[in-house]
Amino acid sequence: MEINSKNIKLWSTIGPRASLGLGILDLAKKQKELIVVTCDVSTSAGLDRLRKTLPDQYIDLGIAEQNMIGVSAGLASENFNVITTTFAPFQTMRCCEQIKVNLGYMEERVTMIGLASGLILGNLGFTHCCIEDIGVLRSIPNLNIISPADSLETIKSIEASLHSKKSTYIRVTGGPNNPIIYESDYKFEIGKSITLKKGNDVTLFGSGAILENCMIAAKALEEKKISTGVVNMHTIKPIDKDAILNAAEKSKLIVTVEEHNIIGGLGSAVSEVLSNIRNSPKQLTIGINDSYTKSGSYKYLKNYYRLTSEKILEDVQILLNE
Amino acid sequence: MSFEKKNIEKIKLFSKNMRKKILQMAFDAGASSAHFGGALSIVEILATLFSYKMNIKKKKDIGWDSRDRFILSKGHACLAYYSSLNLKGFISDEDLKTFEKDNSSLAGHPVKNKKLGIDFSNGSLGMGLSIGIGLAISSKKRKKLFNTYVVIGDGECNEGSVWEAAMAAPKFELDNLNVIIDRNNFQQTGSNKEIMDLGNLSEKWKSFGWNVTEIDGHSLNDLKNYFDTKKDNTKPNALIANTIKGKGFSFSENNNAWHHSVITKSIYELGIEELKNGN
Repeated sequence: MEINSKNIKLWSTIGPRASLGLGILDLAKKQKELIVVTCDVSTSAGLDRLRKTLPDQYIDLGIAEQNMIGVSAGLASENFNVITTTFAPFQTMRCCEQIKVNLGYMEERVTMIGLASGLILGNLGFTHCCIEDIGVLRSIPNLNIISPADSLETIKSIEASLHSKKSTYIRVTGGPNNPIIYESDYKFEIGKSITLKKGNDVTLFGSGAILENCMIAAKALEEKKISTGVVNMHTIKPIDKDAILNAAEKSKLIVTVEEHNIIGGLGSAVSEVLSNIRNSPKQLTIGINDSYTKSGSYKYLKNYYRLTSEKILEDVQILLNE
Repeated sequence: MSFEKKNIEKIKLFSKNMRKKILQMAFDAGASSAHFGGALSIVEILATLFSYKMNIKKKKDIGWDSRDRFILSKGHACLAYYSSLNLKGFISDEDLKTFEKDNSSLAGHPVKNKKLGIDFSNGSLGMGLSIGIGLAISSKKRKKLFNTYVVIGDGECNEGSVWEAAMAAPKFELDNLNVIIDRNNFQQTGSNKEIMDLGNLSEKWKSFGWNVTEIDGHSLNDLKNYFDTKKDNTKPNALIANTIKGKGFSFSENNNAWHHSVITKSIYELGIEELKNGN
């Protein structure tokens, strides 16, 4: 897949879902052994062109996610490169045990893309929001979990996952107007986080579409003379321990920010590393506080769960002043 | 002896040896118990597949591309699977003795192990047919000639995922996909009728778009004829095999206490005696 400035610009304007559709189409043209398996979501995943132009590489199983994982595992066992996609709750929890047995236990290799994870579909209610996927999948051995920052990183994580020996879950968050984190190509490696901003006193770990808010909050802290670093923890599993240990050495406060339940997600993964360190710094876990609420827009819900840059700033300051 | 008769005799001997091995493994498992009844109900089915129908070779050909693929979706019946693979030379007698022991490759449900000829892990019901669809699609895409055989239980048909797969296979015209339903009328804690009535299984599968045949799943003539017969080549094939849970031993036939149970010394000796006297 061609990663050039023209494409990066295009992807950034159409958002991650449409971008992944274009990216997968391009990959499929080059790799005849790549098969896309979906559950009646071709248009939602930007896959309509692939469906029409490469019908031999597109399988629609209807609204039946358990079957989707099983069929994909069968194809993978015959060495096809398989990408599955549907909305995040159905891509992960509806077929959770199939993922465990076929991809975790049996180690058949499939790339799963969970669409519209997090809070972006808030108006549709919490059947369609997905605040549990990382927690649920993190407990299954032999899976990578990636939460890409923007359109370009979504494309890069698909590429990386097709080369990984393990199955990968790619958690797509945000919408078509996602903030752009990467304007030019960069090195992406599963399990290796990327420092977006250097800083010592406080380190913010984030992933997905919420990273922009971390950056704004960090800059505001900087203005208040609090040196703040931001790390793009695009891979939640395997977690980048070195980056956490490094932050723990220099920072007095570690902050995790996630569009996910504070139980089981990035915050938990980071604390599992921190808890092994003698005199580890404090950790502030920002995310969905283990509750559902009434439906509302993305903006409304991010504010409700204190995921806006202002609320992040506020909460960090409260903890620093304690 | 005619060629036909020879084949039947071959399958018959294979079945008898399978029952011996099943009894032995269940006895060796001791107090850890073994799924006995549901393994015995599929003996003739697996014997026909492994000794006659399926295109599989010996251990040295493991990974051979055009071999037929087999999935034991009702994974708890692994005693029948392990004994078949043993008789085909994939699993050694020594390995059989490790069944359900610590650190064994032969657990109480099949665990993927290419060296032993086990292509897929199973045990959680309702998953095997979906994998079979993936294999059958692969075979068509690559213009390979292999067929896929999936054995599922009647109780297993309680699982919704079975019907997701049943609905999907006809869409892809998978005439190279064969599901064999072990219709022994029992599941873990009672009869199908008591626990979850399956109604008319033949009609159900037919209405989903499959070629459906119903036979006596212990009749070697029926089984051989079924697998020899060419079927409608645009549909996947479902065989409803009417069987007896615990088939082959007086104490276990149609006795659901043998779904998962311990073989004591005296039961073992009785079983050996019955195998000797049987034909």
